[in-house]
Amino acid sequence: MAGADGDDSLYPIAVLIDELRNEDVQLRLNSIKKLSTIALALGVERTRTELLPFLTDTIYDEDEVLLALAEQLGNFTMLVGGPEYVHCLLPPLESLATVEETVVRDKAVESLRKISQEHSPVDLEVHFEPLVKRLASGDWFTSRTSACGLFSVCYPRVSSTVKAEIRQHFRTLCSDDTPMVRRAAASKLGEFAKVLELDYVKSDIISLFTALASDEQDSVRLLAVEACVSIATLLPQEDLESLVMPTLRQAAEDKSWRVRYMVADKFSELQKAVGPEITKNDLVPAFQNLLKDCEAEVRAAAANKVKEFCENLPEDNREQIIMTHILPCVKELVSDTNQHVKSALASVIMGLSTILGKDNTIEHLLPLFLAQLKDECPEVRLNIISNLDCVNEVIGIRQLSQSLLPAIVELAEDAKWRVRLAIIEYMPLLAGQLGVEFFDEKLNTLCMAWLIDHVYAIREAATCNLMKLVEKFGAEWAQNTIVPKVLGMANDPNYLHRMTTLFCINALSEACGQDITTKQMLPVVLKMSNDQVANVRFNVAKSLQKIGPVLDSNALQTEVKPVLEKLATDTDMDVKYFAQEAISVLVLA
Amino acid sequence: METTKLPPTSPSSPTTSFSVPSAEKVDGFPRRSMRRARQRRSHSSSQFRYQSSQVELTPLPLLKDAPVAELHDLFCKKLQQCCVLFDFLDCVADLKGKEIKRAALNELVESVATSRGVLIEPLYPEAIKMISVNIFRTLPPSENPEFDPEEDEPTLEASWPHLQLVYEFFLRFLESPDFQPSMAKRYVDQKFVLQLLELFDSEDPREREYLKTILHRVYGKLLGLRAYIRKQINNIFLRFIYETEHFNGVAELLEILGSIINGFALPLKAEHKQFLVRVLIPLHTAKSLSIFHAQLAYCVVQFMEKDATVTEYIIRGLLKYWPKTCTQKEVMFLGEIEEILDVIEPSQFIRVQEPLFKQIAACISSPHFQVAERALYFWNNEYILSLIEENCQVILPLVFATLYRVSKEHWNQTIVSLIYNVLKTFMEMNSKLFDDLTASYKVEKQKELKRDRERADLWRGLEEHQDRRMQMLTEAARNQRNLQERGERGDPPSPSSPQTSHSDQPELKPSGASSSSSGGGESAT
Repeated sequence: MAGADGDDSLYPIAVLIDELRNEDVQLRLNSIKKLSTIALALGVERTRTELLPFLTDTIYDEDEVLLALAEQLGNFTMLVGGPEYVHCLLPPLESLATVEETVVRDKAVESLRKISQEHSPVDLEVHFEPLVKRLASGDWFTSRTSACGLFSVCYPRVSSTVKAEIRQHFRTLCSDDTPMVRRAAASKLGEFAKVLELDYVKSDIISLFTALASDEQDSVRLLAVEACVSIATLLPQEDLESLVMPTLRQAAEDKSWRVRYMVADKFSELQKAVGPEITKNDLVPAFQNLLKDCEAEVRAAAANKVKEFCENLPEDNREQIIMTHILPCVKELVSDTNQHVKSALASVIMGLSTILGKDNTIEHLLPLFLAQLKDECPEVRLNIISNLDCVNEVIGIRQLSQSLLPAIVELAEDAKWRVRLAIIEYMPLLAGQLGVEFFDEKLNTLCMAWLIDHVYAIREAATCNLMKLVEKFGAEWAQNTIVPKVLGMANDPNYLHRMTTLFCINALSEACGQDITTKQMLPVVLKMSNDQVANVRFNVAKSLQKIGPVLDSNALQTEVKPVLEKLATDTDMDVKYFAQEAISVLVLA
Repeated sequence: METTKLPPTSPSSPTTSFSVPSAEKVDGFPRRSMRRARQRRSHSSSQFRYQSSQVELTPLPLLKDAPVAELHDLFCKKLQQCCVLFDFLDCVADLKGKEIKRAALNELVESVATSRGVLIEPLYPEAIKMISVNIFRTLPPSENPEFDPEEDEPTLEASWPHLQLVYEFFLRFLESPDFQPSMAKRYVDQKFVLQLLELFDSEDPREREYLKTILHRVYGKLLGLRAYIRKQINNIFLRFIYETEHFNGVAELLEILGSIINGFALPLKAEHKQFLVRVLIPLHTAKSLSIFHAQLAYCVVQFMEKDATVTEYIIRGLLKYWPKTCTQKEVMFLGEIEEILDVIEPSQFIRVQEPLFKQIAACISSPHFQVAERALYFWNNEYILSLIEENCQVILPLVFATLYRVSKEHWNQTIVSLIYNVLKTFMEMNSKLFDDLTASYKVEKQKELKRDRERADLWRGLEEHQDRRMQMLTEAARNQRNLQERGERGDPPSPSSPQTSHSDQPELKPSGASSSSSGGGESAT
């Protein structure tokens, strides 16, 4: 290969194509992923005339290879000679857009959308648009679904006659025989509406929207809900009532829960799209119904939107709407029979306090928070606790502290360790909001108890929690409340607890500073180097390595070094290893 | 709020919701039991939404006591009575009404099954209406989003005591000697069939069992609906394969298709071949294949027995979708291949033997012993063995290297001894070829290594070339800029002149290209 200075003829296409054809799929895949290297070696001319025709002909490979190919071709514009030749990439991508496997097809469509932008308006009409038409009238559903994603990228840049054709094709696909195609069309309806002229939105899109929204299959109808958001945003306010609302009302009461779920899920977007007047008259009752829906899935989706919906209500009578219409439903949801509904509500309900202000929060919301804090499902309680900051801003956390404490204690002792883990993670936040006194009085014992939990993950999280608390409350607080207890565990008969002492020291030394580390922690660590359990001893070595940087050089040389040297001659190979590692990291050798 | 939906049941509902938590404390798994009990509740109310007011049922006289003149009128009244729906999750609600409906349904079933001349034309719309009202409903959300039909207990339909009788009535109605397809087709139309097909997604296996028999009867009696039913089943399968991967009734639908395929006329229509290639074969890719594999394999073999020319499509299709990581599926595929080979025509076998035995060789070298074992069992099948023997010249070279290598390397002793048996069989089949292959094994290995080295060289060269090329382009761009600054003309060094005209962009592009292959470039140096 020496002396090859970019001579294109050096690599015969046959050799490269052999690589793309290798029997081993993995090798084939590797070659396809480096297709750009091959193209570069061939040069633009031969990439166009030899490589691309070959690729177009061999679209019968493994889906994985095809996926890589579809992706590569989207970045190939320069390799075929720039925008003026980009249309050369269309034939292989067209074939890829018709294969069965969804991932491949989607990737091909994505690449086609990408390179459509690199076409000149003329090329778009001469090369790209005919491809879209061919796909749109393909025999098998796959090509027609792919076509749905391509209309919107070429529509804005073609002449009005071609535009008319594109609209016609889209119309046809919206009433396609196969539900797969109708679903694809429905999912692109909003996107297509955005690039259409307003008159055509009113004349074409609305009728398609109405038809898709009353399709016989619920999987099509629910996609129309998504389109509804885009369409409503495009139309002037005065047309919404007549053009969009009948369909939206119908969707909110659809007999299939999937469609109602979709409405609930998109509720905030819908609310923004239709504006304050319609929200007041139509969406408020619709939202009430969704909150009372007979399917838990729908109620949970709606409950998730409670805060956002209330936030976005028109300010002039927001409070009145919430108090008279929304809050009664929310109250019922607090005692819903389904835990997912309750926990969805618990994750947003605290946000209402900022909207409703102090008095309403105390009178109306507080009882709900308290009820949820006592809920039988831990997830609900956790969601309330994790959002305490919202309430804290409005009424202060003291109002809740009476109920908070039992809730926290119960979660802290929950039988499921994941629940315990979750509450530990909120401890620093709670400590910050409740203040140091409340913490010392009520929660400190819990935090220490977690250190001897029988699940390692909890002990680990508890250690990390201590560090965060020290960062919050300061070294002095640590010295008085935490450090003595932690160091006390060094004499525990259980070696796991003794190790926890070491882990705590690892975590705390930096936050506590040199003084506490040298005077209080270091002696304990050094003493533990005589432990009879090897795991403790090598953790001593690890701890020394960890706290070394916090110590002064005197302590390192006179106290740490001898101990590490002794450990380096330990009978246990792991102890030796970690001692030697510490010696070299701390540069004590 | 649910109590507002269920006016007649309000007094009893607190008791049911109260009993749940106490039960869940006992079993220690609160989540499941709580969700189960509660979602069933909502399921039933889902149907209730659309019944504006609850009707009080009054018992009607018995059909068998009715004078002949009034029989049809009474039959019709009973059908109408059975259109009232009840809440079955609340087991004590409206017991009287439930009993009246149950008795009425029983009578209807018996009457349509035993007495002749009951089914007259005016009853058809009433009967179909009663059936539609009862069975057609939006299926509730699955209570277990990760429902695994193999592991989990299915949710049973709460209203089954009535629903079963409705299905039974429908079945008897279709099977009645009085049943007139020409009358029924006005009411059992495309929309009806589509809704019927959607019910196959029910989690309750009892319901799917009835649906299977019923759809089969509909397919058998209403000829005008056949093409439509096939098309809609296709759509369900395609959605299952490419969109949702979830549909509970795939096995049942395949079972129906199994018997439909049996009746296809020869030569096979293009529509049917397309169904095989584009629906049945891709169904093998589903994650939940194990649930319906037996029915699927049956359909595939049915196709082959109908028309041997589809064999090649089938085998190549299976090879295309051969599982890469799931060994359990691999074992299923091997099982299906054996079923196919059992009935394959020797002429068709020759067309697929090469790719097929490459795959079989790959399976034999699988580190999972069940896969290797399943593949090696092929040699215990006499028919397959005879096919192998006939084509020994082609097959032995394909599998020899693998057998030879795996016999020395496999961790599992059973596999090793099975391989020795296979090698022995081959030796007996064609000892000359066997000896030649043994002799050339080492040489072939060397050749393979050489090819690998050559490939590495090629790619190293390509990557070096790419790096040089990029450098050149950068330099060319720089030179050009310099030249332009000086206002002079020089000869561009780049061999591909069109690129120099967009000197800014090529720099962007090869950098993108190099990032994709930078890993390979590093390893090469």
